[in-house]
Amino acid sequence: MNSPAFVRSDARPRGRVSGLAVVLRRAVNGDRVAYGIVFTCAVSIVALTSLLVYELWVNSTLSRHKFGWSFLVTSTWDPIAGQFGALPFIYGTAVTSALALFLAIPLGVGAAIFLAELAPPRISDAMTFLIELLAAVPSVIIGLIGIFVLVPALQRIVPFIKSTLGFLPIFSGPFYGVSVFSAGVVLSIMIVPFIISISREVLLAVPRDLREAALALGATRWESTWQVVVPFARTGIIGSIFLALARALGETMAVTMVIGNSPQIMASLLAPGYSIAAVIANEFTEATGDLYLNALVELGLVLFALTIVINGAARLLIHMTTAKGSK
Amino acid sequence: MRTRLSLRRKAVNAIMLATTGLCTLLSIGVLFFILGYLLLQGGRFLSWDFFTKLPVPVGETGGGMANAVVGSGKILLLATLIGVPIGFLAGVYLSEYGRTAFSSVVRFVTDLLNGIPSIVMGIFAYTLIVLRMKHFSAFAGGVALGVMMIPIALRSTEEFLRAVPVSLREAAMALGAPKWKTVVTVVIPAAIRGILSGMMLNLARVAGETAPLLFTALSNQFWSPGWNQPTATVPVMIYTYAIAPYPDWHRQAWAAGFLLLAMVLVVNVAARSTIASGMSQKARL
Repeated sequence: MNSPAFVRSDARPRGRVSGLAVVLRRAVNGDRVAYGIVFTCAVSIVALTSLLVYELWVNSTLSRHKFGWSFLVTSTWDPIAGQFGALPFIYGTAVTSALALFLAIPLGVGAAIFLAELAPPRISDAMTFLIELLAAVPSVIIGLIGIFVLVPALQRIVPFIKSTLGFLPIFSGPFYGVSVFSAGVVLSIMIVPFIISISREVLLAVPRDLREAALALGATRWESTWQVVVPFARTGIIGSIFLALARALGETMAVTMVIGNSPQIMASLLAPGYSIAAVIANEFTEATGDLYLNALVELGLVLFALTIVINGAARLLIHMTTAKGSK
Repeated sequence: MRTRLSLRRKAVNAIMLATTGLCTLLSIGVLFFILGYLLLQGGRFLSWDFFTKLPVPVGETGGGMANAVVGSGKILLLATLIGVPIGFLAGVYLSEYGRTAFSSVVRFVTDLLNGIPSIVMGIFAYTLIVLRMKHFSAFAGGVALGVMMIPIALRSTEEFLRAVPVSLREAAMALGAPKWKTVVTVVIPAAIRGILSGMMLNLARVAGETAPLLFTALSNQFWSPGWNQPTATVPVMIYTYAIAPYPDWHRQAWAAGFLLLAMVLVVNVAARSTIASGMSQKARL
């Protein structure tokens, strides 16, 4: 902070300049000022985040006091009667995210294995670049494709699923296009890039010797990958899945556009549903009355808490594997 | 026996490796499908009117989204003015002064902020600004997006500053420069290309955000002068037009979607290749 050179340059003009200027110059130490500015900005981030938590907490007081924990387990959502229960939305968020993971995990981990283990570095980099571009596509655009391309396509495909797997309760009932199933498919498109790019990095962090040892013992390329490299990177891959899950839970626009927006709990994936983020997006501007608004903010608080916990777990897992690889 | 076993293993090997390749192609195929479809659908409906005319009432054909294009520009400008300075300066703190316990708190909180769903950020801006001012405004939308920009602005600044060799800092210090002068005239200029690219990526990311604007900036069928009125933005227009039952609005939504996606992807390609070329340059040195 106080380099000797600076002290000297500070002292030099003392003879000529008035006392006030010297006092000023001492008080306005460049390094102190610079530190003050950047430190203030760092503090303001912490303050801002605390303010966010505070605002969510305070603005959901009415609803928290009136319904308590039962908010999370009751399924009546009736703004006119002033009864608010979040269960249909929590259920919808959970089911769409689970379905998205079910579709995205095999696809994402498979592609990550290809990019990390098989593809030549140049091709792998180019393909990863494209996958990262896919991650940059705004969610409202994915929703647009969802409404006008995916839903009509599903309307043609679903009858085949129903004729073969229709006996399962998850594929029962009529299909109108907008449904929990469509939302899950749309979400899986949005989270696949995350699983691929992070799993690839985790796989690349696995020490080379392990692969060489397996190959030297006569394992095929696939055996060395599946039985040696992937188990070593397992924690990190799970971390990438958690990260994708956190994103899926909070995803709003694409889901809102194809889920059907009906607050019900149905066993069938083909029925319309609702998600936490979607109900906030749809009803926030029309929330009349403080209790209604408070209930919606509380939904935001639930979403916030969920994503924080899952993100934290994900970072921990990814950190554990990459640290293990570099050891 | 032996050969049959090894044949089976070879077959499994080939099949599984081919499957992973298919997974990759499928994922990349989705990107090209989205790109191609929007180019086809949106490119057809994009016209000069789109940029110069206001939206027309239901039933009339034609019209554009001039107000939404300008509104998006205004809100993004505001978001940049809020998010970039805070994120950048805090990033300088973490990279140049950050070896304290507090700096790990800042890093943790930034990660936390980065993980918050965008719709929750919208609620934050709503309770903070819209509830207090009693009306929707471009300002509230700008704040919501600005806060969303902070974590990435901080991360990219810190990362690129850290990549500047310590020897540069030492050289400047040895010449008698105080630390702040070293940072401002030597370290930051050395990393500026990477930082600027990071900021562009950051801007492209929030440019497509819709959820935080739904109940902060709301929307508007007309021009919204100043910062205190409900303001139309391109992503929100895409959403409202796409879920409406009018084919004419759907055409507008496709055109707007094409515009938005083209902008986001162009910025992404430009910024990412700048970063990549900077890295290969560094590797050669």
